[in-house]
Amino acid sequence: MQSSSAVFVLVAAGLLAGGGALSAQHATAFDIEDGGRAFRNTCANCHGPDGDQVAGIDLGRGRFRRTLTDQELVSIIRNGIPNTPMPANNVSEAQAAKIVAYLRSLAESRRSVAAAGNATRGKSIFDGKGACATCHRVNGNGSRLGPDLSRIGQVRRTIELEQSLIEPAAEVLPANRSYRVTTREGATVTGRLLNHDTFTVQLLDSKEQLRSFLKADLMDFGFAPTPMPSYKGTLDAQETADVVSYLVSLKGSTNP
Amino acid sequence: MMTRTCLLVLIAAVSLQAQVTFDRVLGADREPQNWLSYSGTLFNQRFSPLTQITPANAKNLQLQWVWQTRSLEKFEATALVVDGVLYTVQAPNDVVALDAVTGRVFWTYSHQPAPDARTCCGRVNRGLAILGDTLYMGTIDAHLLAIDARSGSLIWDTAVASSAQRYSITHSPLVVKDKVIVGTAGGDMGIRGIVAAFDAKTGKEVWRFHTIPGPGEPGNDSWSGNSWMTGGAGVWNAGAYDPETNLTFWGTGNPAPDWDGRNRLGDNLYSDSVVALDADTGKLKWHYQFTPHDELDYDSTQVPVLADITFRGQPRKVMLWANRNGLMYVLDRKTGEFLLGKPYVKVNWMDGFDHKGRPKRVPGKIPTPEGTLIQPHVHGATNWAPPSFSPKTGWFYVAHWENSGTIVTEGLSPRPVGVNTRQTTMGQVNLQQFYNNDEEAYGVVRAYDPSTLEPKWEYRMNDITWGGVLTTASDVLFSGGKEGYFFALDARTGELLWKASVGGQVNAGPMSYSVGGRQYVTIAAGSALFAYALPQAQ
Repeated sequence: MQSSSAVFVLVAAGLLAGGGALSAQHATAFDIEDGGRAFRNTCANCHGPDGDQVAGIDLGRGRFRRTLTDQELVSIIRNGIPNTPMPANNVSEAQAAKIVAYLRSLAESRRSVAAAGNATRGKSIFDGKGACATCHRVNGNGSRLGPDLSRIGQVRRTIELEQSLIEPAAEVLPANRSYRVTTREGATVTGRLLNHDTFTVQLLDSKEQLRSFLKADLMDFGFAPTPMPSYKGTLDAQETADVVSYLVSLKGSTNP
Repeated sequence: MMTRTCLLVLIAAVSLQAQVTFDRVLGADREPQNWLSYSGTLFNQRFSPLTQITPANAKNLQLQWVWQTRSLEKFEATALVVDGVLYTVQAPNDVVALDAVTGRVFWTYSHQPAPDARTCCGRVNRGLAILGDTLYMGTIDAHLLAIDARSGSLIWDTAVASSAQRYSITHSPLVVKDKVIVGTAGGDMGIRGIVAAFDAKTGKEVWRFHTIPGPGEPGNDSWSGNSWMTGGAGVWNAGAYDPETNLTFWGTGNPAPDWDGRNRLGDNLYSDSVVALDADTGKLKWHYQFTPHDELDYDSTQVPVLADITFRGQPRKVMLWANRNGLMYVLDRKTGEFLLGKPYVKVNWMDGFDHKGRPKRVPGKIPTPEGTLIQPHVHGATNWAPPSFSPKTGWFYVAHWENSGTIVTEGLSPRPVGVNTRQTTMGQVNLQQFYNNDEEAYGVVRAYDPSTLEPKWEYRMNDITWGGVLTTASDVLFSGGKEGYFFALDARTGELLWKASVGGQVNAGPMSYSVGGRQYVTIAAGSALFAYALPQAQ
C-alpha cells in the first residue's frame, strides 16, 4: 500500500511540476512497464496497442479530444466518460497513474520511421517473398513454430513489429524464446519454450509437437538464439512498412 | 540409469501428437491410451479398455502429480488426453494443456467472459471437445471457442447466444463429423433453450434447434399463453451420438419458473426430456419426456448413455438414463420407445407409468402452505454427474443420493417472468432437507442390471455425492464423493479396493489414459486435478 501510494505521489508530483513529460520522467521503468501491461489488458481492446484506434484520439502521441492533465487522465481511466463508450475501469489510482506514465512514455519514444504501408501488399509479401508462414500462423494457416500472429495487431505496437522484422533478436518476449535440449542419446530438440522449472522443460518443437523432458535425463539444455531472421537486407523500407501494415491489421476472428 | 533412460524413451514416445480425426473420436475405444471426449466415447459409457490397474493391484495406486487451478469455482471438468497431452478447463473458461506424465503446464488460454455473464449455479465448465488439432470450449458468456491444441491460440470465437439475455454454456461440446454441437444453459433465467451446430473449421452456424417449439410447431401448444418464450429447458450437460442412426441426443432442463407451473399450464415440451436430433440438420426425430409439467425442478440434463444390451431375450440398442426425478429408464435409442422405467430411490411424486411410459402423478405433490414432502430431494436422486456402463460386466453404474427428500412450503406469490429475469421460484418456496427416521441422506454407488434395472450391489458413503463413475476393462470402478475421497471398487462386487483422501469435494467424473504403457487415472477434487498410477517397476 505504501509503495503504491509512493508511486502515485511521484506521478502526481510530475504533474504538479508541469506536465506529462515530467511525470513520465519520475515514473520508474518498472512503473512504465507495469502501466504498459495494464494498458494492453484494460485499454488496448478499444484503443488498439498504439492507442490510435478510436477516431480523433491518439493516446500514444498524447493527442486527445482536449488537453488533459495526468490527473484528469487518471480520473477518466477510473471513472469513464458519461454518455460515451468510455467505461469506468476497476483500477486503483496508482494503477491508473502507471497507465498514464506509460502513455506519456509512448509519446516520447521513437515512432516508426517507415513509409506508410499497404496491408494488401504486405499480405502478399508475408505469403510470398517473406515466407513468413514457414514459421508463423495466421487464422489457422501456417506453422506454429513462431508466435501465432492472428491477433498480433491487437497486442503489439507498430514500432515493436517493425523492430521484430529488422532486428528480431533485440527483444524476444518470454513466451517466444527458443530453447534447445540434448538427450543422453545425443538427439537435439529445439523449439519454442513453453514452460520450464527446476526439474522439467516443456517445448513446442520444430515438428509442432508438444514435448516435455525431465532435465535429469538431458545431457544439455538451455536457451537458443531466435530462429527469426532479420529482414533488413531482404525487404526494403516500403516492403517492411507493407508487412507491418498487414500485421497491424490482424485483429483475430470473431463471428458475431 | 537404466530406469532413467527407459523413462526418457517413454516421455519422448508420448510426443507424437497426430490429428484427431472424427474417425478417431468415433472409434475412441480402439485407442485406450487416449480419452477423446467427455465420457471417453460418443456413447458416453465412461469405460476405459485399459487393464493395468486391476482389483488385485489397485491397493498399490500412488499419487503421481497434482495440478492446482487458480480458481475457487467448482472443478467439474473431465480432461481429454491426446497422445500424452492432457487438456482441461480451469473454471470458468481457461483452457490448459498439461504434460500427462508430469502434470506440468504446456500452455494456458484464458477467456475473459463478458461482464454480464450470469449462471444460476456456479461459473463452471465441464470440459472440452477435440477435432483435428482444434479444441472446442463453450463459455459462460455463451460463446463457442476454437483453440489450437498445439499452441493454445484462439482460432475462432462465435457467439452462440446473448449473455445479456442470460444464456451460458457450461458443458463439453460434442463433435459430430465436421460440426461442433452445443446447448445453452440459463433455464432458470428466462431463456428458451437451444441446441446448435457450428462448422468446426469456421465457426459458422449450420443449424439451430429450440428446445421449446415456436408458434405453429408441434408441442408449442403444451405451453399456456406466451410462457413458451421464457420457459427454460436449458441444455447443460454433454450430448451423445449414434452413428448408425446419425442421431445426436440431448437432455433438457426444467421448465421455468421451476417450482410454480401455474403460468405455464400443459406438458411444457420439450423440457425435462431427451431429444433425438438429426446430426446433419438438427431436425427432431423423436423425444421422450421424463417429467411432464415439472413443478419439482427435475432437470433431465443427465448424460445420455448408449449401450447394446440383451433385453427380454433380444439384442437391443438402448439408451440408459438415471434421472434426477428418481426414476431409471431404458429407452430404444432408434425410436425413443419407452422399454422400462423404475424408481431407483424413494419416489413419492408418481406411482407408476401408463402404457406409453408417461408417469402417473400423485396429486398434491406440489408446494402447499402446510409443506409437502417431495422425494427425491430438490437436487435429485442424481444430478448431472456422469455414470458408467461396462460392456465387460454389462452393468450400469450410477453414483446417487439415497434417502433424500425436500419439504416444500408455499411462499409468496410468483415473481414476474420474462426474458432476463431470474425467474426461478426457489426463493418463493421454502425448501427444507428431509431426514428420514433420523437418518440423513447418504450417497451410494450402485451397479444395476440394465435389463431389469435391479441393483446388483451397493457401496455406501456417509455423505452424499456429486462424483461421476468410471469403469475399466479389468473390472475396477473409480468414483468419489462430497467427503473428499477418491476410491476404487471391484466392479463385480462393490468391494472397496483402495481410497485416497483428496482433501476436497469430488465434483467431476474420473477418467483414465496411458502414456508409454503406464495407466493413469485422474480425478478433479476441490480446486485440483490428481493423477494416480501404479508404482513403476524398479
